[in-house]
Amino acid sequence: MSVILEAKGVSKAFGRLVAVDTLDYTIEDNSINSIIGPNGAGKTTFFNVVTGYYKPTTGKVVFNQRNISGSRPNQLTRIGIARTFQTIRLFNNLTARENVLIGMHHRLKSGVFGDIFRPPAVRREEAKAHEEAGQLLDYVGLKGYEEHAAKSLPYGHQRRLEIARALATQPQLLLLDEPTAGMNPNETQDMILFIRKLRDERNLSILLIEHDMKVVMTISDKVTVLDYGKKISEGQPAEVQKDERVIEAYLGRRALEMLKK
Amino acid sequence: MRDILAQPRSILSGRLRWVLIAIFVVIAPFAMKELELLTNFGLITQVNRALIFVALAQGLNIVVGLAGLLDLGYAAFFAIGAYTFGLLTWPSHDIEMSFFLAIWICALVAAVFGIIIGAPTLRLRGDYLAIVTLAFGEIIPALVRNLGDFTLTFRGRVLIEDYNLTNGSQGLTPLGRPNFTFLENLFGLDKGALNVGVNPTFWYFAIVITSMIVLFSAIRLNNSRLGRAWKAIREDETAADFMGVDPIRTKLAAFAIGASFSGLAGAVYASMLGAIFPELFKFQVSIFLLIIVVLSGRGSIWGVLIGGIIIATFDGVFLAQVLPDIFNGEVLPEYDVQSLRWVFFGIGLIVIMIFRPQGLFPPKSIETKIVPPVAESLEGVQNS
Ligand SMILES: Nc1ncnc2c1ncn2[C@@H]1O[C@H](COP(=O)(O)OP(=O)(O)OP(=O)(O)O)[C@@H](O)[C@H]1O
Ligand SMILES: [Mg+2]
Repeated sequence: MSVILEAKGVSKAFGRLVAVDTLDYTIEDNSINSIIGPNGAGKTTFFNVVTGYYKPTTGKVVFNQRNISGSRPNQLTRIGIARTFQTIRLFNNLTARENVLIGMHHRLKSGVFGDIFRPPAVRREEAKAHEEAGQLLDYVGLKGYEEHAAKSLPYGHQRRLEIARALATQPQLLLLDEPTAGMNPNETQDMILFIRKLRDERNLSILLIEHDMKVVMTISDKVTVLDYGKKISEGQPAEVQKDERVIEAYLGRRALEMLKK
Repeated sequence: MRDILAQPRSILSGRLRWVLIAIFVVIAPFAMKELELLTNFGLITQVNRALIFVALAQGLNIVVGLAGLLDLGYAAFFAIGAYTFGLLTWPSHDIEMSFFLAIWICALVAAVFGIIIGAPTLRLRGDYLAIVTLAFGEIIPALVRNLGDFTLTFRGRVLIEDYNLTNGSQGLTPLGRPNFTFLENLFGLDKGALNVGVNPTFWYFAIVITSMIVLFSAIRLNNSRLGRAWKAIREDETAADFMGVDPIRTKLAAFAIGASFSGLAGAVYASMLGAIFPELFKFQVSIFLLIIVVLSGRGSIWGVLIGGIIIATFDGVFLAQVLPDIFNGEVLPEYDVQSLRWVFFGIGLIVIMIFRPQGLFPPKSIETKIVPPVAESLEGVQNS
């Protein structure tokens, strides 16, 4: 297995608050990696650094042997990093299909004049893109919703649409920020199977932020625990679960002492 | 698979509709001529002006309606188009370029200015963007007024002295008109037989063609790769960036294309009037165009077409001619009824914002009701 992403000593500070603190992190090809940690631990901030929204204050991020710190989000999308958001950010007044088509934007070639005059090549490209968007919607279970406004979809469907849109960019690395937040146990179970399927069928590496321990422990190849921006534990799910530092970070020192008694 | 490039629902009724519209467009100027004789109100010239404003509003609609960038100084590009035409065809400049070539250059120059003016505003959002564009809208006419006599020095060396580029506030006149001598020669007509001058019927058709070019481009762009990117930026710029849409390029394209529509319309307008002055491109023009877009329905190309014709004709015929005719007879002989123009639009805007915030003809409403889900689970679909 080869490493596809490597963060070396990455920090991100907001004024005096160090949200991510000299973090070393690697992602192997074709793996599912979870980041957990209490609220405000810096998980989403780390996502924002990896996807180019923030430039790291110190350290660097390397993706496929290429230093990507300082690149803009759309540049990173082009080279294979895609994401979803903790709070859903769809293009609300566009249809589900159009949302997915935006994910394909960087792969389509038509320019201004092509868009206006629509030569056969552009017509073909558009027709193919529309069809592919339909297939992706089908893949995430949204068949029949193609022409619905994103804002009119129920919450769970919006989450799926976000994933379809991210997949449309043809990523190598997919970052999912709390994909099961707000889902019921059935939906969560579906999501677990779906994330596995993504890794296996689409040859993806997945980086996941998740609060649901059941999800994390079931699907992760590797779990990393952040607290106050620092990595406090890392390993296979079973190892991390037993780590005292993790229990302490989540439940506090007193709880740990009580558990020990 | 369904044809995604939106064919008319039924070929026959679709065709029939277009034929009827075409017939209407062709006979309209002749009907208006008759009406003018009957009523003594100027109609064709007002409709011509309205159609120019429709073309301008289509450009503004790309910037404001599709890309969601609030531009309060859009008349600047109108001015740039008109003045570029002026510079290229005003006899004193000795260029006197052909109308048919000059209008495209005007569109191009306006597009370049769209990028120049757009570039410094790229990082601004909302209110800040509005203020900066407002400033540009003021700067361009001011510049035009002051370039009537300018001297350029560089490190003490005088490069250009007392050059009259724009003729200041006196404006440029006369300006180039479409020249059909080749047709006159071809058909052996008298010299000057096809001299269009200010013939309103000729200009009606010239402007209809101009508006159709603009309309066609807008419709195509609306439903294209670039159009989708504009709408994505409007909906959520940050999310669009994460999905691979470069916000900078996308916004610059909106400014450039919006400006080019305006440049083309400005050139045709300048040629029709035969004279242009800085005062034609005041702040009020930007606001009037914005009112057309907002009242008609931001982002709706057909809406802006219909709304633009209605609003601009209402302004030019009813507010400017019919109302004064009614009131200034006996009721209010001294009162300048036209000064109520902005009161009308202000009230209209408020009423629309309260009762129909999307505008009179909002974009084709997309399906919002929920059909029963076809597949309940993420897995289900693949296995079925
Ligand atoms: N743009 C910002 N400006 C200032 N502080 C920020 C900013 N973004 C995040 N923070 C702070 O950085 C810290 C880490 O936030 P982050 O969103 O990364 O946490 P998280 O681990 O994703 O938490 P949660 O589980 O609640 O989503 C928090 O204290 C937060 O308040
Ligand atoms: Mg978070």
